[in-house]
Amino acid sequence: MNKVGIVGYGITPFTKEDQKIEFVLLDSAKELFRNNSQINRDEIDAVLVSTNNNSKYLSPILSEMTGIQPKIAHSIESLCNSGTNSIVSAYSYIVSGLADMVLVTGAERYDSPGQILEWDNSRGEYKHPIFWASIFTKSYKREFSISDEQLAVVSVKNHKQAKENPNAFSNKTYTVEDVINSKKITEDLRLLDCSRPCTGSASIILASEEKAKQLTDKPIWITGIGQKTTSAGFTKNSSCSYMESTKLASQTALKMSNKNSKDIDVAEIHDAFSVCEPMELESMGFAIEGHGMDMINELHNTNNFKINPRGGLIGSGHPLGATGIAQTIEITQQLQSDAGKRQVDNPNVGLVHNMSAAATSSTVLVLET
Amino acid sequence: MNFESKLNDGEFCIPECTECKKIVWPPAEYCNHCFGDVSLKDGPFVGKILEFSRQNQQDFCLVEFENTIRIMAKISQRPEIGQIVKISKCGIVDGSYFFEVN
Repeated sequence: MNKVGIVGYGITPFTKEDQKIEFVLLDSAKELFRNNSQINRDEIDAVLVSTNNNSKYLSPILSEMTGIQPKIAHSIESLCNSGTNSIVSAYSYIVSGLADMVLVTGAERYDSPGQILEWDNSRGEYKHPIFWASIFTKSYKREFSISDEQLAVVSVKNHKQAKENPNAFSNKTYTVEDVINSKKITEDLRLLDCSRPCTGSASIILASEEKAKQLTDKPIWITGIGQKTTSAGFTKNSSCSYMESTKLASQTALKMSNKNSKDIDVAEIHDAFSVCEPMELESMGFAIEGHGMDMINELHNTNNFKINPRGGLIGSGHPLGATGIAQTIEITQQLQSDAGKRQVDNPNVGLVHNMSAAATSSTVLVLET
Repeated sequence: MNFESKLNDGEFCIPECTECKKIVWPPAEYCNHCFGDVSLKDGPFVGKILEFSRQNQQDFCLVEFENTIRIMAKISQRPEIGQIVKISKCGIVDGSYFFEVN
């Protein structure tokens, strides 16, 4: 099978800016082309846009604004994992031979309609993500005897790491006490346990092996892809303390790359809420069930940025359509040793985990140098 | 009448396939297993509380019916895991379902 590499990226700060989605998209694409003048836009075969925004025809619009006339141009929406879904589509176009080079741009506004899944009526009047997150949190705490204070370490760690990320929505650090004393959203959730909707965009260019080697001395290869959708409705999850789709997607991705979780040197995982991080570490085999917080505590206490070095969603903010692409850019920077103060020691293998709607759908990517 | 018409009238029914007899959830006009027609079983049904939380002094819970259907519902007293409940109120407001159990 043809190899697919990441040859360039562009990302801009995540903010609360009230800007038209078309210009939010353009921000990171412009950054990408400014920083990668070796990329000839005439050679871009496909432009894929990842967003939950309701504006139409965004890929042709972005193509026009960036002076590209692609063969393939369309949008991709899958709530919070739209970004990695778009990267998987780009990968598939290249592997199939339909495209040699693909621009993937994700963007969202702070008021994204993707925050609420109107269709899921089994949630009754409890459609906002804070309600599934509260149920997950209560269930995880009950099953593994974890306290609110213990879970708060996720937020403390990820805000600390986000402080080293110039594009992060947050640039403040917090203590466990700050998290516990932050606004009570529900009995089981504080404001600082939650990732925040924001405005932001991220762009990435994927290319075939031949093209990638022409364009960069340090391409990052996508060697594993796993995806699983178990349902659309939150209430169909088989467990509220474990993520089945994440487990299955990670198994597929690791198998494809001939790796196991012990081989992963650095990972961006989808911490939409504090409880998600230990659940995901356990579901992907980084920690045994009920012990995700042990790993998180150890990483935090030793100042090891291995998990969510850019600050995850909690620290960086969560512009839905851009998130999976921003996660992939972070792992690319880490593997290229370009992550500045967030850099982990000599990583060779990285992982991206991006999920939607209470983990009813997950995507996992494995990246290598 | 379909599921939503009954729900709109305050009645919670369970959709069941007339051919393979499986419960169809979320409610639909056709079975997601065999695409057979769907009929509605009338209640009342008993459900079991699987999990719960609270917002602004209002408890809400995840309830399972017939070992298959799960919904999020409001509950007036402090819930307990495994508690058996019945739907006391339900309906549709602005296109969204709502459920209350007791």
